[in-house]
Amino acid sequence: MIAAIQLFGRLMMIAIRGQMQYRGAFLFMVAGTFVTSMVQAIGIWALFDRFGNLGVWTVAHVAFLYGTINIVFASVDITARGFDTFGSSLIRTGQFDRFLLRPASIVILVAAREVALHKLGQLLQGIFVLTYALISLEIDWTLGRLALYVFAVSSMYAFFYAIQIVRATMSFWTIESLEILNTISHGGMEAAQYPMSIYKESFTNFFTYVIPLACVAYFPMVGVLDVPDPLGSTLFTQSLAPLAGYVFFAVCLSFWFFGVKNYQSTGS
Amino acid sequence: MSQILVEGLSKTFRVAERKPGLLGAVGGLFQRKYRSVDALRDVSFTIYEGELVGYIGPNGAGKSTTIKILSGILVPSSGRCEVDGRIPWKQRRAHVASIGVVFGQRTQLWWDLPVIESFDLLRDIYRITDSVYQQRSDELIEMLDLSELLDTPVRQLSLGQRVRCDIAAALLHAPRILFLDEPTIGLDAVSQLNVRAFIKQISRDQNVTVLLTTHNLDDIEVLCDRILVLSDGQLLMDGSIADLRKQYGEGRYVAVELESFASTAPEHETLVVERSDSHILFSLESDVPEFVDEVLRQYPVKDLLITHPPIERIVAEMYQAERIEH
Repeated sequence: MIAAIQLFGRLMMIAIRGQMQYRGAFLFMVAGTFVTSMVQAIGIWALFDRFGNLGVWTVAHVAFLYGTINIVFASVDITARGFDTFGSSLIRTGQFDRFLLRPASIVILVAAREVALHKLGQLLQGIFVLTYALISLEIDWTLGRLALYVFAVSSMYAFFYAIQIVRATMSFWTIESLEILNTISHGGMEAAQYPMSIYKESFTNFFTYVIPLACVAYFPMVGVLDVPDPLGSTLFTQSLAPLAGYVFFAVCLSFWFFGVKNYQSTGS
Repeated sequence: MSQILVEGLSKTFRVAERKPGLLGAVGGLFQRKYRSVDALRDVSFTIYEGELVGYIGPNGAGKSTTIKILSGILVPSSGRCEVDGRIPWKQRRAHVASIGVVFGQRTQLWWDLPVIESFDLLRDIYRITDSVYQQRSDELIEMLDLSELLDTPVRQLSLGQRVRCDIAAALLHAPRILFLDEPTIGLDAVSQLNVRAFIKQISRDQNVTVLLTTHNLDDIEVLCDRILVLSDGQLLMDGSIADLRKQYGEGRYVAVELESFASTAPEHETLVVERSDSHILFSLESDVPEFVDEVLRQYPVKDLLITHPPIERIVAEMYQAERIEH
């Protein structure tokens, strides 16, 4: 286990060093993503300023949810790049052979292959928004709340990472682009930035029981923020909900291993 | 003791058929037709420890597919396959830790890293202890003459240099079995000699079992005690180099480059395989020296080269012979 983490670290360092060879482009892209995502955040703030609160959710509450999700989503984008470009750079070229020949975890080898550092801009934006929320909300951070927050963030990370793994897995069968899954990852992220209670029931149900997005984001955050939930969740269900993120991850991971067994390689 | 056991191995690929044009591409999203391609059909062989086996056959015969199954990359459609008692694709990690694989056409190294850093990384991946690694890498660097190349990024190496580095990389963890997929392809004559000498050496001195696919009959002549011939997914021959030699006997190709155009002598007409204004390629069954003598006298020869007939031709002949027998 320790050796696996060390190997992951070393491979990551190599990927980062590779990116740093193009420092100008790197800084430019970081600034670019930061500005775009900041403009988006300001847009949301402007809407609240004009139309007021969403039920019990003030702009600071939404900022808390929004900031947290953006931090997690950006972290996944940065660290799951190896899966993101898996189909185009490993399957199409047959390069995946090389990974299967190594006596190490395939997941680690693929994950540490590339790092999308330019997404740091979005991460910065998330930190920025979350900081604003923390200052305005003055949450009473009891140990229980802190634990729930950490639990939720880690399961949110597992959830979004799992979607990247599923996307990569699909490329074992099809080389067509998989925009449909972006609806779930990017679309889901956009949707989860706001409280689930504002959406239609069927939509909420889909993102609770089929794709457990609400379980990793909305429900635990309601618990941390201690606001009433029109959907009727209790602190107990809110605290258990993030488990769904880990279950989802496990399911997606077994789908991945099923895909690896179906790998066809390319002619040499 | 048998080390590699293959029994009734078959592999069928499903290939999606595409219709041409935009409509075809859109249609393919909804309905797709698949075509089955049999890459391997009921292949069986056994390889014993320390053997150096050549695996030959034309392009698309299924050589690489076999290597990929033996090294755990592909899962076969049916049949049995055991290497050192392990089923490669089921015990992938344990399996790949004890074999070495080189694909001549494709590097296993990190494209942007200096060679030595790739080696260091492999030490971590294979968990080789420092003292063993030090000794082993020093030995390989010396044998393959790599000391000048260690600080060069892989992408800047010539093909011959890169293949030598790839071979060293595949042997760092001291595997008992080595799979080489076209190790000499595209190499110049000197590099081919170096690579062959090295393969011979580790096979002899370290008793490493080697399975080598190649297009090059010279590789086979110099290296292999035993040959497997594959065509169209089926094993046509499993025998010694002497057995194969019976198939092409004294036969040689004689390629002649002319100083100026000359028409082919009528008595040579039947021997011509290819003809252009400045080149003639003859195929001979026997009496090569006498023929060369004649050619030198009758044509304005600028250059002349005698080679083994290409494997495709020998295999095609074997294939036909097989069909006539049955």
